[in-house]
Amino acid sequence: MKTINKFTMTMESCSANEYFARAAVAAFVTQLDPTLEELNDIKTAVSEAVTNCIVHAYKNSIGKIYITVEIFPDNLIKIKIRDKGCGIPDVEKAMEPLYTTVGGERAGLGFAVMQSFTDHISVRSVIGKGTTVTLNKKLELRVKCNA
Amino acid sequence: MSVKISVKGEVVTAYLGGELDHHSAREMREAIDTAVELNIPTLLIMDFSQVSFMDSSGIGLVMGRFRNLQRTGAALHVTGTSPQITKVMKLAGIGRLAKMDLGGFEIENDK
Repeated sequence: MKTINKFTMTMESCSANEYFARAAVAAFVTQLDPTLEELNDIKTAVSEAVTNCIVHAYKNSIGKIYITVEIFPDNLIKIKIRDKGCGIPDVEKAMEPLYTTVGGERAGLGFAVMQSFTDHISVRSVIGKGTTVTLNKKLELRVKCNA
Repeated sequence: MSVKISVKGEVVTAYLGGELDHHSAREMREAIDTAVELNIPTLLIMDFSQVSFMDSSGIGLVMGRFRNLQRTGAALHVTGTSPQITKVMKLAGIGRLAKMDLGGFEIENDK
């Protein structure tokens, strides 16, 4: 499938960047004229994925988070969020709602939110190498006005 | 991100504002917990009407406060949640625990 537009950014895994990451992705996606709900769904899913990189992948350190957003025909968006952190030992387990390894006040709902706020999610993880989360979402086609 | 606390009798109200994520949740949590420890309310109201965005960190914030209140049997009311926030809260199944109405819900503690 042909990419219509693409955006790539790299940032440090500081928690202050959670806001920046979702705002930047939302700003890029705005060119497709999404509904407010679609935009909020994307922001929420991105926020969860980036928070996972900060809280889990680079638990006691600061590393790089790589974000790529691609736009395909028919308003299909593919968002890739990649880290070079510790990796997930059991992806299936990690994706179970309410499962968390850090306890405290993390609800264990990150992947559940990503799943329900996008159309498709895929997670590839290698221990010691890192994790790539890919989120797909198709925006509703808006009626073009040729006035 | 902002949090303002108001105390009226046995009711503590936390007016939250801005975007609620893993980064901002800590400051909100500390402010609320300090006010609850100091005032030992019978009701804690978390007012979300000025919160423009929330991810699952907000669930942790609500559920964590709920757990703390169980010690004294105080009730928790969550008010002013936008459609985006309500969607995230519902996903966490908070609706199963609490009465949920338009823009907010109540969690009553069994003593």
